[in-house]
Amino acid sequence: MMMTRSRLAGFVPPLISLLLAAAVSAVVILALGEDPLNIGRVMFSGSLGSLRSIANTLEEATPLIFTGLCVAVAMKCGLFNIGGEGQLVVGAFAAAWVGVKLTGLDPVSHVVICIAVAGMAGAMWALIAGVLKARFGAHEVINTIMLNYVAFIVTNYLVNLAYFKKPGQIPQTEDVAGTALLPRLDFIYTYTRLNLGFILAVLAVIVVFLILERSKLGFEIRSVGLNPLASRASGISVVSNTIIAMAIGGFLAGLGGAERVLGVHKHFISPFPFGYGFAGIAVALLGRNKPFGVLLAAIFFGALASGGAQVDMETRVPRELVTVIQAIVIIFVACEYLVTKMGIRIRGVATSE
Amino acid sequence: MDYVVRMKDITKRFPRVVANDRVNLNIKEGEIHALVGENGAGKSTLMNVLYGLTRPDGGEVCVRGDVLPASTGFLGLDYGIGMIHQHFMLIGQFTALENIILGAEPRLGPMLDMRKARDRVQNLMDEYGIEVDLDRRIDALSVGEEQRVEILRVLYRDAHIIIMDEPTAVLTPQETRSLFSTLKMLTQSGRTVVFITHKLEEVMAMADTVTVMRAGSMIGTMPISETDVAGLAEMMVGRRIEDMPERDADITYEHILKIEDVSLRSAKGQQLLTGISLEVHAGEIFGICGVDGNGQDELFEVLIGLRRPTQGRVIFLERDITHDPTSRRLKAGMAHIPPDRIRMGLVGDFTVRENLILGRHTDGRFSGRVFLKARAVAESADSLVRDFEIEPPVPEMQAGLLSGGNQQKVIAARELSRDPELLIASQPTRGLDIGAARMIHDLIVRQADSGQSVFLISADLSEVMKLADRIGVMYRGAIVGVVERTEATEENLGLMMAGAKA
Repeated sequence: MMMTRSRLAGFVPPLISLLLAAAVSAVVILALGEDPLNIGRVMFSGSLGSLRSIANTLEEATPLIFTGLCVAVAMKCGLFNIGGEGQLVVGAFAAAWVGVKLTGLDPVSHVVICIAVAGMAGAMWALIAGVLKARFGAHEVINTIMLNYVAFIVTNYLVNLAYFKKPGQIPQTEDVAGTALLPRLDFIYTYTRLNLGFILAVLAVIVVFLILERSKLGFEIRSVGLNPLASRASGISVVSNTIIAMAIGGFLAGLGGAERVLGVHKHFISPFPFGYGFAGIAVALLGRNKPFGVLLAAIFFGALASGGAQVDMETRVPRELVTVIQAIVIIFVACEYLVTKMGIRIRGVATSE
Repeated sequence: MDYVVRMKDITKRFPRVVANDRVNLNIKEGEIHALVGENGAGKSTLMNVLYGLTRPDGGEVCVRGDVLPASTGFLGLDYGIGMIHQHFMLIGQFTALENIILGAEPRLGPMLDMRKARDRVQNLMDEYGIEVDLDRRIDALSVGEEQRVEILRVLYRDAHIIIMDEPTAVLTPQETRSLFSTLKMLTQSGRTVVFITHKLEEVMAMADTVTVMRAGSMIGTMPISETDVAGLAEMMVGRRIEDMPERDADITYEHILKIEDVSLRSAKGQQLLTGISLEVHAGEIFGICGVDGNGQDELFEVLIGLRRPTQGRVIFLERDITHDPTSRRLKAGMAHIPPDRIRMGLVGDFTVRENLILGRHTDGRFSGRVFLKARAVAESADSLVRDFEIEPPVPEMQAGLLSGGNQQKVIAARELSRDPELLIASQPTRGLDIGAARMIHDLIVRQADSGQSVFLISADLSEVMKLADRIGVMYRGAIVGVVERTEATEENLGLMMAGAKA
């Protein structure tokens, strides 16, 4: 009874943030001399108004689900993994590598192998930061940011090698073998880029939920995240849980990279589309680091992206406005986070005798 | 009657709690007035109201006939009221003198007039027989000296009514006695002292008048001659407290824990523990006493495996565990109640249920290879919450929201449910009220009576003397001496706590 009430209450502050963000966005649109209601209508029709729009929204949401989970899992362990970006890119490259070079497999095993390798690659990438943090106390924020650059540069170097590069001016690989492609969900809408990766992402949400909330490992990860000292005193290893949480996050981001390559682009291209990893931070923030919260938040950001594209096509408002709206949402959500935290502090002081 | 302070119908409500419910308190000029009550009884709130830190929701405060303004920003010092908090508010890098004058510095033009300041402070020290080295930095002072600096601070500001919150909690018996004589001299010169405490022996030894509070209400005020420790305890708790049962000590010579020449140096080269050797036998309660900060916490951390000693060995159940991680020690039959329950004993944002399996979650009872067994976890939590009378009995509640006593019960429930060979309990009753402390004491005794052992670290001398079979005294990271309970007196332990060899 207590829990359901707090669960419902948990939805209220993000909703208020979203409403406030909408209000501020409306003011911005007014300032641009446009009609906010009209823009809102276009955004809605572009994101949820038709099967095509819904498919676009979910397609945009898919990598964000992975990177959002990546941030959330680390956050549960008290870690701020800003490296989703790099982990995703490394995963994408690995998926392209195995997708192009490994041939003669049946579609199921080829896809599974590509995805597994991509996940492992992302996990290994995150592991570097995890080990540096756990063993030497090097701050994961710095490490993961730096590793993002390294990931982009290294994959750029690799893709330019003759072994990988498709002949031509553009630094990209050949398309992956047909057996490695994630099937498109074109029964929803014929020309969609939405693919099986979305189903995979939803499964990942469920698996992450089970790990975090029901498993021994998740119990330890959350315990370490909330109180490392008490965890150590109870025999829970902060070192290994830190490493594992980073690796799980990296694995998830790597899957996101695989989805982009195997389901959307079909090849790896350098520089790889940028921003999924960072958007994942906002997604985790809005989703309160809860797996299903991340799913909803990712779909929301996906809707903003697909609706924004529609706004770009149909109105004189530039697409960048959508980025502004995203930023406003993030700012409000971040503020709300601080306010609720501070609210608890203030009340805590008042009741302590 | 000549009252210097009259508090009438003071009411203070906090969300969910009424901290003070129409409390009346009258304090006579020149007396030592003790304010006793359990945690959460509303003592500190009442004193914060008097000092002007907290604004009451109702009632009025008169000091020497003046009604104090109810506005915020009022500071008791304007009315000659000084308050010394339990945690001293001093600046470590400043000297004692600088701290004393801080905020009321005498000036000579734009400069500090240190000479005038020193003269005034010196006069106060002479008048009341308080000794402090004024030129030493606070960092370098003992707790007792810091407290004297705090007293000088309020005297320097001409406080005539001095409020002290738990002044003896961190003192050795000798320091306590010296504090008491200082307070006596203060009252002889007409000043008034109000002190909050839960140590009833001190009330009897020290106070002229005592006021008892319980659950936000005032139970009564009486001269000390009209009451005794048992009577006060009953008024505080609201029921009779039975005497502790006799220890049924059946100590064998089989050692459970053996510490061999353990030393610990910090990364910066500071010597934290020096050559500690001792044995704890089966069925024994071994007590460690000492003033806080003499290596007890470090010894605790070495024993449970959070730190590796730089030298020496720890043998547990005939096995060298010096380099074992905490998890292996716990599996081998160790359990512990850490000194800082909120930081080390609990995950405050976890539920009570989750806290009750912390560290036990790998037990086959509670988990399979991957998943926790939710039903087993819940059933165990339900029965522990019931057996240990955890209030409120809601396993889904966040542990951080429980009162200190109930948090400690959660920890004790978890640790004792391991059925440990050795319980290492550090400051197990610090800050607990009588009822909860009593429960923890009973659990410790029961543990030893069943033939298992307890390593009890406590700064509370009376606790150690009451429970332990043998007592080791720590001073500056070393064991100064070990005495049998029968030979232990407050006097000899107190001397050792101050560093004198046994």
